[in-house]
Amino acid sequence: MSKRRPYVRPMDGWFKRDPFFIEYMAHEGTAVFVWLFALEMLAGLWALAAGEAAWAGFAAWLASLPGLVVNALILAMLLYHGVSWFLIMPRTLPPVRVGGRRVAGSTISAVGLASMLVASVAVVGFFCLLANGGQG
Amino acid sequence: MSDRLKRSNEPVFWLLFGAGGMLAALIGAALVFVLVFAVPLGLMPAEALSYASARAFAENALGKVFLFVVVSLFFWHAVHRIFHSLHDLGIHAGRGARLLVYGSALAGTLAVVLALALIGA
Repeated sequence: MSKRRPYVRPMDGWFKRDPFFIEYMAHEGTAVFVWLFALEMLAGLWALAAGEAAWAGFAAWLASLPGLVVNALILAMLLYHGVSWFLIMPRTLPPVRVGGRRVAGSTISAVGLASMLVASVAVVGFFCLLANGGQG
Repeated sequence: MSDRLKRSNEPVFWLLFGAGGMLAALIGAALVFVLVFAVPLGLMPAEALSYASARAFAENALGKVFLFVVVSLFFWHAVHRIFHSLHDLGIHAGRGARLLVYGSALAGTLAVVLALALIGA
């Protein structure tokens, strides 16, 4: 047995040392809410498979106050996931070259955020048209 | 030389993580909005979330593909990111945890397939 007790730098709460690390942990943490939303959709699909009464229960959860609060949090975190995903994209993507010149990081982020905006408007628009078109 | 290098399964999980992350970034927030907030805000009639409408969407072949891709990729994205964040929190998870984490995403994927099959055409 060694009597040496080497100093080991404590790492508890390491990410609180730097705002950059705090942001890192925040955007990694959005995965918990992506998981929750996947679970919610899965529960909805199972309710849909189980029949009308089960589906009514799922719809009641979506419209309830706890359901609205939880889903507002999920919505906010998914927005944060999307924005942070494209803001860090210049560092997660290998260097992109167009015409022999390296594309600037700010351009990659701007194109990504614009795609997010266009895709989101398209999804909301598509489902609104589908829902209102079904009315006749 | 290269055939002597040990093959890693990490690229497979990383690809699923990346694909799910990209999809969630592009349309995740919009999907939460459509499912939960479009009806209360009056953008859609209440019948949009009725049993008949939801059923019609999930019985459609394209609707099935959409639901399968979204729900399963969101699972794969989330578990990969949560697993790697455990290390940052000081939890050094090993092989068993890896099996549990990716196993849960596989279970989620199979549960989606089963639910869609039960809903039928």
